[in-house]
Amino acid sequence: MLRTITGLAVIIGILLLVLSVTAKNRPNTFEHSLDVQKESYSVEHEDFDRIIDVLTHQRCLNCHPSDNVPKQGDNAHPHYFGMKRGNNDKGFEATSCTTCHQSENNAYSGVPGAPHWSLAPASMGWEGLSRIEIAKKLLDKTSNGDRTHEELITHLTEDELVLWAWDPGVDANGKERTLPPVSKERFKEAVIRWFGNGAIIPSE
Amino acid sequence: MEISLKVNGELYPIEVDPETPLLWVIRDVLDLKGTKFGCGKAACGACTLLVDGNSVRSCSFAVKFAEGKEVTTIEGLGTKENPHPVQQAWIEEVVPQCGYCQPGFMMATVALLKNIPNPTDDDIDRNIINVCRCATYYRMRKAIHRASELSQQETDKRVENNKV
Repeated sequence: MLRTITGLAVIIGILLLVLSVTAKNRPNTFEHSLDVQKESYSVEHEDFDRIIDVLTHQRCLNCHPSDNVPKQGDNAHPHYFGMKRGNNDKGFEATSCTTCHQSENNAYSGVPGAPHWSLAPASMGWEGLSRIEIAKKLLDKTSNGDRTHEELITHLTEDELVLWAWDPGVDANGKERTLPPVSKERFKEAVIRWFGNGAIIPSE
Repeated sequence: MEISLKVNGELYPIEVDPETPLLWVIRDVLDLKGTKFGCGKAACGACTLLVDGNSVRSCSFAVKFAEGKEVTTIEGLGTKENPHPVQQAWIEEVVPQCGYCQPGFMMATVALLKNIPNPTDDDIDRNIINVCRCATYYRMRKAIHRASELSQQETDKRVENNKV
């Protein structure tokens, strides 16, 4: 009996160990609370899928609010201290984004940072939109800052603030922030190929 | 690494890890103890000081970012004999209780008045978001309005003197 119990304990222990290692290595699978719906479309839209999987991750979505309030964390809570979009998407007159956010992450405080830290323009609010609506907004020159496809590729694959999503540093508790569910390299590949193939948005 | 820091008008060449928070350099290397350590997370604002006139949370500001810039701490605002309008207003309205967080609030107020010389209550609410455990917010609001008046009077005086 004792041998059976010991054996079971060992098996459970090994299972827990395997599970914890797997959990550490897998991409973020956190289910966010924002109302981002996922439409059904065929597998041929794999690049579209990869791109939108990244754009709807909190590292991106938190700074693309639809209500002028930046969000924080994987639970997308409103930015502490009543911070809002303010002037030029960079906070208020004397207390702006750069009062706390510098051009790099700060490992001491856990305050994230990247060059030109700011909210995306209000016209690029994605919060609450469906995946297809987000893609349409991304491509629409009236909402995307008059960017051509070429400029969008550059923005998505080279802008340091966009790429910060894969180097988000630690939070205030010293815990690594979660990463988008697609690697930076695969995201860049998908962006270049999707635009190269005409930036087709799956039909609704 | 040697960094050349200009604090309250004085140049200080210091040997320091460039990632060191500016607050630690100000307090522990330059021995300017007016700027306070609160949360260490850029949340409470006790460590607020000015870099090129803009308020920053110095606990979360690597010293390397201050190189070649003008850093102003509470010690650089005014003196007992000749206080800065914000300090004068704080005295007149008897703002502090325990006083620990007050230098941060005063520095944030200096930055506010630089950007909005005559702030409304809404301007104050948006921009002065430091934390005071003694809840001296009511007196601070009065002091900020008073500091605005005193600053305006100083400006008027300067303009008048320049005419003479």
